[in-house]
Amino acid sequence: MKAGTVDPDTALHRVHWMPGTDRLLAVCHCGAERAFEDPVPLWDWLLGHPEDHDRPAEGAP
Amino acid sequence: MTAFVRNQWYVAAYAREVGREPLGRTLLDEPILLYRTEDGRPVALSDRCVHRRYPLSQAPSRLVGDRIQCGYHGFTYGTDGACTYVPGQQRIPRTARLTAYPVVEQDSFVWVWIGDGEPGDLLPPRAPWLDSPEYTVVSGMEPIDCDYGLLVDNLLDLSHETYLHGGYIGTPEVAETPITTTVDEEAGVVYVSRHMDDAECPPFYANSTGIQGRITRWQDIEYHAPCLYLLHSRVAPVGSPPPNADGTDPQAFHVEVVYAITPSTGKHTYDFWAVARDFALDDQEVTEFLHKNNHTVVMQDVDALNVLQKALDTEKPGYQELSINIDTGGLAARRLLARMAQ
Repeated sequence: MKAGTVDPDTALHRVHWMPGTDRLLAVCHCGAERAFEDPVPLWDWLLGHPEDHDRPAEGAP
Repeated sequence: MTAFVRNQWYVAAYAREVGREPLGRTLLDEPILLYRTEDGRPVALSDRCVHRRYPLSQAPSRLVGDRIQCGYHGFTYGTDGACTYVPGQQRIPRTARLTAYPVVEQDSFVWVWIGDGEPGDLLPPRAPWLDSPEYTVVSGMEPIDCDYGLLVDNLLDLSHETYLHGGYIGTPEVAETPITTTVDEEAGVVYVSRHMDDAECPPFYANSTGIQGRITRWQDIEYHAPCLYLLHSRVAPVGSPPPNADGTDPQAFHVEVVYAITPSTGKHTYDFWAVARDFALDDQEVTEFLHKNNHTVVMQDVDALNVLQKALDTEKPGYQELSINIDTGGLAARRLLARMAQ
């Protein structure tokens, strides 16, 4: 794997700081997405997979 | 206190530190003796004689060939930890054996396995730049009187560069630029990326690369929990082309910053730091500049974390913190470490 890159085949959790906002978009490896304003509940939700991961993202782009 | 993660590889020393003089280090509360055999092989044993617990790394303990002889009563042990001599009697008690730790020498580090079993096929994560002819390295180690979790927090959130390291590596853009955080739970790796398209060039890079004017500055962190932290730093004049598809990147300067974060005790941490560059390889002036300035930056962190630990020691149990967006990577690392420690 090239330095600084992530292997695309592994199960990953991603968090994007949404451009121009103070919001964070959490993306689970299952495809569920949700926006948050606080990283603590964000990680609770993301690492709580699969609980509550079937609802559509709130405020997702 | 951040829980220790056992059954992992930890950096115990730089390879250059381990030789024919006994060296003592404490990793995860375990006192460890390090030395090299006469043919150059690194050895890690428990640093306490089984007799009266005298430290084998302390004079007058000494090496006799490849064996370590306790300086108090002469108990002597081989590289496998087995006792080969006790004073005044023929019988060597069955329990006279030191713990022998698995050791790997890799990328200029001596790694020791701290755990209940053997590592099997699991090898330490890599930092190949530290032992590559294509890079020039400056490095050091500073002990910090803090919980290792405070150093993990510090390194996963580089927005502190703007304030704690202003005038060295920090510029306003570091704290202002949003980050992307990725967690690979299975591999135990946290990635944090901050790409600044148009940033002030801090003196640290201006003086070492010769770049005049503004820069594109990328910071890509890989934290291989619990011990190895890598920061891939890419700096190029604004307007330079991005890296090529094949991974080559001739228009940019690259600095690979490596930290080994080794918990010693609950409130004592070894901060191994190394900075490898792919430019001005033979320029001694640049080497001296980078060593001096990196050491200064590391000491700014050391001083701040010593202060922070003292302050936390006065807090009542259950004290509150506040986390914001910049802490996304640090929080991910905390949760990963907590899971790995279970």
